[in-house]
Amino acid sequence: MSARKLTLAPAALLAALLTSVATPALAQDMAITNATVVIGDGSAPIPGGTVVVRGGKVVAAGAGVAVPAGVRTIDAGGKWVTPGLVVAVTDLGLVDVEAVEESNDGEAGKAPFSAALDIAPAINPVAQPILISRAAGVTRAAVAPLDTGAIFGGQGAIIDLGADNQAVTQPRAFQYVDLGETGARRAGGSRVAVHAVLRNALVEARELARRGGGAGADPRLADAAPERPGDALLTRFDAAALIPVVSGRQPLYVRAERAADIRIALALKTDFPALKLVIVGASEGWMAARELAASGVPVLATPLNDLPASFEQLGATQSNIGRMAAAGVKVALGAFFDQPRHAPQYAGNLVGLTKVPGATGLSWDKAFAAISSVPAEIIGQGDKFGSLKPGRAGDVVIWDGDPLEAGSGVTQVFIDGVEQPLTNRQTRLRDRYLTPTEGALPKAYDW
Amino acid sequence: MMKKLHRPLLAAAACALALGATVPGIAKAKDAKKEPSAAAKAARDFNKDPYPSSYKPYPGAATALVGATVFDGKGGRIERGTLLFRDGKLVALGGADIAIPEGFQRIDATGKFVTPGIIDAHSHLGDYPSPSVQAHSDGNEATAPTTPEVWAEHSVWPQDPGFTRALANGGVTALHVLPGSANLMGGRGVTLKNVPARSVQGMKFPAAPYTLKMACGENPKRVYGGKGRAPSTRMGNFAYNRATWLKAQDYRRKRDEGKLESRDLAMETLVGVLDGEILVQNHCYRADEMALVLDMAKEFGYKVSAFHHAVEAYKIGDMLKANDTCSAVWADWWGFKMEAYDAIPENAGLLYKAGACVVIHSDDENGIQRLNQEAAKAQGDARRAGVDISDAEVVRWLTLNPAKAVGIDKLTGSLDAGKAADVVLWNGNPLSNYSRPEKVWVDGALLFDAGNPKHRPVTDFELGQPGEGDVK
Repeated sequence: MSARKLTLAPAALLAALLTSVATPALAQDMAITNATVVIGDGSAPIPGGTVVVRGGKVVAAGAGVAVPAGVRTIDAGGKWVTPGLVVAVTDLGLVDVEAVEESNDGEAGKAPFSAALDIAPAINPVAQPILISRAAGVTRAAVAPLDTGAIFGGQGAIIDLGADNQAVTQPRAFQYVDLGETGARRAGGSRVAVHAVLRNALVEARELARRGGGAGADPRLADAAPERPGDALLTRFDAAALIPVVSGRQPLYVRAERAADIRIALALKTDFPALKLVIVGASEGWMAARELAASGVPVLATPLNDLPASFEQLGATQSNIGRMAAAGVKVALGAFFDQPRHAPQYAGNLVGLTKVPGATGLSWDKAFAAISSVPAEIIGQGDKFGSLKPGRAGDVVIWDGDPLEAGSGVTQVFIDGVEQPLTNRQTRLRDRYLTPTEGALPKAYDW
Repeated sequence: MMKKLHRPLLAAAACALALGATVPGIAKAKDAKKEPSAAAKAARDFNKDPYPSSYKPYPGAATALVGATVFDGKGGRIERGTLLFRDGKLVALGGADIAIPEGFQRIDATGKFVTPGIIDAHSHLGDYPSPSVQAHSDGNEATAPTTPEVWAEHSVWPQDPGFTRALANGGVTALHVLPGSANLMGGRGVTLKNVPARSVQGMKFPAAPYTLKMACGENPKRVYGGKGRAPSTRMGNFAYNRATWLKAQDYRRKRDEGKLESRDLAMETLVGVLDGEILVQNHCYRADEMALVLDMAKEFGYKVSAFHHAVEAYKIGDMLKANDTCSAVWADWWGFKMEAYDAIPENAGLLYKAGACVVIHSDDENGIQRLNQEAAKAQGDARRAGVDISDAEVVRWLTLNPAKAVGIDKLTGSLDAGKAADVVLWNGNPLSNYSRPEKVWVDGALLFDAGNPKHRPVTDFELGQPGEGDVK
C-alpha cells in the first residue's frame, strides 16, 4: 500500500530525493514497533518486536524493548524489519551501463598499474545501480575489482548506499587477486604463471618494505624511494600497494573456483604467514570444505552455481554454501557481479534446498545472516553494520513480506538512521507508463 | 492480395503444420500457364522436414495426482484437484469428486502444487552449452548480417548439462532454442522436449513449427559495424532487413510461378515466414524499434509472433495487444547495455494490465532454472504498482503463453484433456523462492524425481567428473 502512495506522490518524493542528495539529511531518532524483527546474526525472527535507533545507531532491537519518549515511532503493522543487506563483492558505483564503455569504471586494462589502482575515487554515489539497489534494501557493499588485465584487481572499497555525497566509508579496504582461469590468462597463459607472478609480487613488496619504502598509511604515496633490484617486475606503486597485503594489514581477496585452486591459495600462508585471505567465488568450495574450515579463511561464495560453466567449476552445486557452512566454514553469499538486489532471492533458494532430498541448504535464520552480518564480518565491518545488535549502524529495512520470498518488496530503508528516498529512474518510468497511451500531451510532459 | 490471403491463414497454417499435415505453398501455382521445370518443382516441393524428430515418449504409468492445488496453465486454479494422465496424454482435470479409474497409480499430492510443464521460449542451451568454452560457442553464425539458412538445431549439443538442471530445478519440459542475436536474421529456432537424447532429433518437439530468429538494435550494428561493413546503424539494420524481405518476396513469386531454378536455403526459411509456417521471434529491446518492426512486418506480410527481451514493451502494451504479439521478458534484468537502460521490473505487470501477452523467458542457463521465481518477482512488483495478478494468471506466463509464442499451444502448455502430459508436481507454491519440482513428467513419463537419485539425469559430460550425479 505504501508503494501505492509512492506512485501517487512522485513529485514529493522527487523533491525529497533532490534535497537529500544535495545535503545529507540528519539521522532521526526513531522506534519501529510491532515488527517481525530480524537481528541478522543468525537468530530467529522475533514477532512483535521493536527496533530503536538513536544518533544513527541501533540502541536496541527485539522483544520487550521500551520505546523512548519523544522519538519518531513507526508502527510496522507486523511487517518484517531487518538490517540492511550487505553485498560483497560487487561493482556498484563503478558502472552506469556495463556495455557502455565510457560509463564503466570497472575496467582498466590499459592502465600501467594493477595492485596500486584504488577504486575509491571512481565511486559515483548517485549512479542508478546504487539507487536501484538501495530501493531493494541493499545498504552496504564491498566494491571491487577492476578488470586490470593483470592478476591483481586493485584495491576495493567499502561503501554505503545512502543518498548523500559520501559513499566510501573505507577506501583501500582490500586487495583483489584472481588465481583461477582468468588470472591464468592474464599472468601469461596458465596457472603456473599466476603463481610465479603472485609470489614474485609479494616478495617484491616484502623487499620494498625491508628497504624502507611504502611506510605510512597509504604506501603508494610514500616519499621514500629506496633503490630496488634492477630485475623488479612490479612498478614501485604496485609493489608499495602490496606491502599492507604481505604484512597482513590489508586483506587479500582471492578469486578461486576449483577446489585445487582453493587449497593452493590456503597454502600461500606457509610462505607468507601474515596474509589475511578471503576466498571469492569458490564454486567447488564444498570439495575443500575441511581445509577451509581448518584454516579459518572465510568465503564469499557465488550462490546457486550448479553448472560446469568452466573446467574450474565442474563440481558446482547449489548445495555448495550449505555444505561449507555445515563443515564450519565462515561463508556468506557473495560475488554479486550482476544485480545485488538478487541477494534475498538467492538466500531464499538456499532455504528452499532444505526441503530437497539430498541437498544441503541453510535455515532461514542462517540464510538471512549470510546476506547481512556474515558478509559484514568477512569484510571486517561486523562491529559497524550488518545486524541490528546494539551499536551497529542504523541500517534498517522494512519489508512488505518475508524478505527472502520472491514476491516481497521493500517499503522503507534507513541508513545510519537516515530515511532514504526509494525513487530512481525505474520508479519514474513505471509511474509515467502505468498507462502507456498519451493523454492531452505527450508522455514527456508527464513527470 | 497475397497479404490478404495469407494473414488470416497464419494461425490455421501453423496449426495444420502442428498436426503434421503437409501445407504446400498457399498460392500454389494453379494458374501457371505451363508445367514448371523439374528444377522449379524441386525448389517448390522440397522436403520441409529433412531432420525429423525421432522423439518417442518414454513409458509412463497411468497416474492420478490427487489433492494438490492445480494451476491449469490457462488462468484456472483448482483446490484439492485431481489430474489424470495415461499413455502420455492428459485424461482429465477436476476436483476431488473425479473418480479415479482402475489401473491408475494414485499419488497423494495434498499440500503440494501442480502445473503444466514449464516452457522457456528463449534458450540457448545446447548452442551455448556448459562448459562455456570457445569450442562450444555455436550460437551465432556471425559471418553475415542475415543467415536465415542456418538452423539452431544443427548446433545443439544434447549433452549440455544445462538441460538437466532446467528439468530438475526449473520443471522445464519444453524449450525453444534460438540462434543468438548477432545477426538481423540469425537463423531457424527449434523447439525441444527437455528429454536426454543421443541426438537433437531425439529431443525435437514433434510437429512444432520452425521459427526465425531476428534481432534489432545494438547487436547486429555493433557486430557488423565493428567489421567495417553494413549494417552499422539502426537505419542500416532496417534497410538490410527490407532488402532481404524484398528478395524473399521475389523468390516466393518465382516459386509460385514455377520459375525457380534452384533451391536456396536462406530464402526457403524466409518464404516459410511469408507463408505463415515459420514464426518470427524478434529480439528487440526498445519500444520505438518494436513499433517500427511491427510496421516492417506489415510491409512484407508476416507476423511477429513474439518480441524477445522487450524491456520497453511496457511503453507500448496497447500496440502489442493490437498486433497479438507476445513479449518474452525477464523479470528484472536491467541496465547491462544501453538499450536495456529503460528496463523496469513492472514490465510484465504493465503489459498484463494492457491486455498484452506476457511470457517470462530466460535467455540464460541459470535463469531457466528459476523461471517460476522470476514470474513471482514480476507479480510482486506489479502488485506494488497497483496491478494485482492472480497466481494462476502468472503461471500462464510460464506455460500456455510461451507455448503460444512458439506455436505449440495446441499440444502442451495447459492441462486440457488430450494435450501432452507435461506436468510438474511442486513441493510448494511454484511462485516462491522456497519451492522446487518434486516430480516432472514429459509426455507422461517420469523423468525427474527428487526423491530418487536414479531419476536424476546425468549427461555424458559429467560422467567421471567431480560431482557426478550430485544433487545440483
